[in-house]
Amino acid sequence: MTSTELTRRTAAELAGVVASGEASAVEVTQAHLDRIAAVDAGVHAFLHLDTEGALASAAAVDAARSAGESLGPLAGVPLALKDVLTMKGIPTTCGSRILQGWRPAYDATVTARLKAAGVVILGKTNMDEFAMGSSTEHSAYGPTHNPWDLDRIPGGSGGGSAAALAAFEAPLAIGTDTGGSIRQPAAVTGTVGVKPTYGGVSRYGLVALASSLDQAGPCARTVLDAALLHAVIAGHDPLDSTSIDAPVPDVVSAALHADVRGMRVGVVRELTGEGYQAGVQQRFDEAVALLTELGADVVEVSCPHFPYALAAYYLILPSEASSNLAKFDGMRFGLRSGDDGQHSVEEVMGLTRAEGFGDEVIRRIMLGTYALSAGYYDAYYGSAQKVRTLITRDFAAAFEQVDVLVSPTAPTTAFKLGEKLDDPLAMYLNDIATIPANLAGTPGMSLPVGLAPEDGLPVGLQIMAPVMADDRLYRVGAALETALLSRWGTPILEGAPVL
Amino acid sequence: MPYDEVVRTFDPVLGLEVHVELGTATKMFCGCPTEFGAEPNTQTCPTCLGLPGSLPVVNAIAVESAIRIGLALNCEIATWCRFARKNYFYPDMPKNYQVSQYDEPIAFNGYLDIEVPTPEGPRSFRIEIERAHMEEDTGKTSHLGSDTGRILGADYSLVDYNRAGIPLIEVVTKPIEGMGELAPEVAKAYVAELRALVQALGVSDAHMHQGSLRCDVNLSLRPTPDSPLGTRSETKNVNSLRSVERAVRYEMQRHGARLAAGQKVVQETRHWSEALGNTSSGRSKEQAEDYRYFPEPDLVPVAPSREWVAELAATLPELPSVHRRRLQTDWGFTDLEMSAAVNAGLLGQIEATVADGADSAAARNWWLGELSRLANERGVDAGELPIFPGDVARVIALVDSGALTDKLARQVVEGILAGEGSPDEVVAARGFKVVSDDGPLLAAIDAAIAANPDVAQKIIDGKLAAAGAIIGAVMKATGGQADAAKVRTLLLTKLGLTP
Amino acid sequence: MPSITPAEVAHLARLARLDLSTDHLGRLAGELDVILASVAKVSEVAAADIPPTSHPLPLTNVFRADVVHACLTRDEALAAAPSVEAGRFRVPRILDEEA
Repeated sequence: MTSTELTRRTAAELAGVVASGEASAVEVTQAHLDRIAAVDAGVHAFLHLDTEGALASAAAVDAARSAGESLGPLAGVPLALKDVLTMKGIPTTCGSRILQGWRPAYDATVTARLKAAGVVILGKTNMDEFAMGSSTEHSAYGPTHNPWDLDRIPGGSGGGSAAALAAFEAPLAIGTDTGGSIRQPAAVTGTVGVKPTYGGVSRYGLVALASSLDQAGPCARTVLDAALLHAVIAGHDPLDSTSIDAPVPDVVSAALHADVRGMRVGVVRELTGEGYQAGVQQRFDEAVALLTELGADVVEVSCPHFPYALAAYYLILPSEASSNLAKFDGMRFGLRSGDDGQHSVEEVMGLTRAEGFGDEVIRRIMLGTYALSAGYYDAYYGSAQKVRTLITRDFAAAFEQVDVLVSPTAPTTAFKLGEKLDDPLAMYLNDIATIPANLAGTPGMSLPVGLAPEDGLPVGLQIMAPVMADDRLYRVGAALETALLSRWGTPILEGAPVL
Repeated sequence: MPYDEVVRTFDPVLGLEVHVELGTATKMFCGCPTEFGAEPNTQTCPTCLGLPGSLPVVNAIAVESAIRIGLALNCEIATWCRFARKNYFYPDMPKNYQVSQYDEPIAFNGYLDIEVPTPEGPRSFRIEIERAHMEEDTGKTSHLGSDTGRILGADYSLVDYNRAGIPLIEVVTKPIEGMGELAPEVAKAYVAELRALVQALGVSDAHMHQGSLRCDVNLSLRPTPDSPLGTRSETKNVNSLRSVERAVRYEMQRHGARLAAGQKVVQETRHWSEALGNTSSGRSKEQAEDYRYFPEPDLVPVAPSREWVAELAATLPELPSVHRRRLQTDWGFTDLEMSAAVNAGLLGQIEATVADGADSAAARNWWLGELSRLANERGVDAGELPIFPGDVARVIALVDSGALTDKLARQVVEGILAGEGSPDEVVAARGFKVVSDDGPLLAAIDAAIAANPDVAQKIIDGKLAAAGAIIGAVMKATGGQADAAKVRTLLLTKLGLTP
Repeated sequence: MPSITPAEVAHLARLARLDLSTDHLGRLAGELDVILASVAKVSEVAAADIPPTSHPLPLTNVFRADVVHACLTRDEALAAAPSVEAGRFRVPRILDEEA
């Protein structure tokens, strides 16, 4: 199999190729490294490539295979890891100057599980600084470009991971999702991204943005690949007090037995219509009609407090983030500025943070500091936490009527680089449909449902399910994916421009 | 202002905050060891070092200890409570927030009964406890470049994070009123009793000089008990029972002097110096700190079941007050003798000395007498002297057997304190041997009588007090090693008198 | 909600240890105002009888045993430190006393 052919395979296929000996894991890894060398100058999905480490991991998989050891379902498959997760000895920047050159002394639990499964981690992907953003333009290391149109954003904050998939630089990626940072990039790059139930995947080693919202999740080009990856990384972790101590829902089985007959699907009234690009709405409606054809019962449901979700999110996130980012002060690791023997520690901290943090991070730290301040807590943070309760109740009520909820993932297709940089509020609106699931802790998936007629850019549909019912995402997603594939003839990414 | 003038003019109100460092094997939120005295930064991990991505997990024994302390203080135990973040920047705080409890402490509304000795007999006070809550300790900073080793004038500081994350229970009293001139004694008695309590519970070794029990003293004065509360000052670095009493007394005098001169008391944090016997102002901050408390999102609520609390209540040991009543009966001490021992914080030492075979009165006399005097000279609590109860018991035994006189025994004790070894080692090294053989004594007595015939005649004539001169001569002749009482007996017998 | 003043912004920057230029503070004041106005709408629905959610999942009582685990070595702990002396993290002179 040629190098190019290898990079066009799904993760499931590559795992089979390695297991059968059709190609070695080293060959598979090298093929992807070659692809990255060929296209990443234009895409800029990667911040750091661990060529040596990746080839060594691949060689270890090959050795295990030769020794007759049984391999895991994703052994030898390459993966791109969002630079917000720690990997021992490898630079982890979170897209920020303040962590330039920082090499963690420990692996995140997700990283450790990937390594134990024989997955080959190629390197760390680009992201909005400290995961704050919807376009990856807030990375201190330059933006990532959408493989569909290099002048456009790949979504954010996990644009690097999504772009790597769309550019065939890796068949698998890990992202993190706090307000849509896995799902929205998936939507605008024509890939699949899943935010698991909060607590479903360990946050140990995930540099915290908003602790009560963050989740790491699988990113891939197909629903089955995402399911396989989900199964590897999910599960209880004693190092994370907020991780769920219960069996992982059987997502792989659900992806393989995708049948929506008799399933009740709810279209969220508050997440359609005004504010949604016409082509996005159109492809969404078509996909929903397809679900009906496949045997699902589709109804409209109302989640009346969803319009308040964005406001609540932009109080809760900055508040928790302002506290989580306090540890970046130049004392124990990372950048230190202004230590000239004259400045006090208070001044050095202030200079370090002002220099090391970008504008969006500073904006959100200030917002969060304000929202938590004496006198403002009740009106801002306190009230936002109440809205969270209302959103959770809306979901609960909706899931009494339906098994899953659907909406467009994002209001628009990929916009141009620079288009929304001067208007933070306009940028925040990208998350309007994805945020509710983070507030309630419910799982959500985005999968591609077509290209918008007006611009030829990918459109994503979001599926949401109750807490711990992640399998439903895969069941509905896989069914829809199969039906769309037979309608299109080829996977959507085959239509992306040649890089 | 003279103390009695202060108490005539003002009514003191105290607030005491005591931090108890728990003796758990591991830290509050991670499995790092807590042993005292390790090399700097050898007992850390990503969690207690606050590295990006790290997460806390609560130590079960710390929660258990907190509940037991709360129960022993007659507190209500919360049915549901959370941890909270206290946000502020300081180099000894790896995360620049401390995980503590804010408006939901695990224990609240309790009391501790204490007794304070007065000339009229012991007076009881019920100290009301506002709350006891869990939190984590900070790292340790040393300040270099100044003359005093304090922050003022230092050029830079060095930080050791071994202590960061060690579990602390903070016990806070409600305002303590109605003490009048006894305020210093009340403060000391409270801290001593609380210390005895946590030691009896086995949750902490509570050594003030090692920092495993720390006390912050809040004091204010008001014209009369009916007046509203005055402005308070907080005094830190109070590292012994003796310091507690002295610091309260000093602050009362300092406040009194200011108020009497028409000046206001500044609300500030002050630093107690045991060596200088005063408090000095900490650098006052330009603006009050705003801790922006919010519930810790990385930890889930603690909801102790009533069954668990009942189980723990059943494990409480004999409480110190009950224990003391039993000891008093066993030892036959008067109330005054008992409260003097308790007030000096030496009950444990006396008890241990008696356990090693000494008579209770002798043990009391040594600890409250000579050892307290020596401790006072050195500016420490008697319990901090480098002498064990076992040593004291041995010394008492040597005196009882006649091997040592009281005078020699005191010298042996000084030798032990100087690090010369155990009682027997000191006796051997210094060649102490009480001369009580009649032979050498009689010879010495004969010589002394011969040298002082007129004194001997006075004795024969009935002036027994004159015997002192002969005895003194004999003591001198035997190098101080004669048993003076024995010499007297032999002398009088020799002179034909009844001893 | 009242408008955020330059003094307030400066106070926030100090609390957050961000040494920002006057220009930057001025820009932030305007940006924060706009954002705060839009998020203030949460007060509209946040009635007194609604309990706040601090954790998305109803977990309680997650504990670990009081058992020692392997620590970082001193070298690992200090590896990324900007300045080290005598096995400790060296930090610039501290002005404020401990809280």
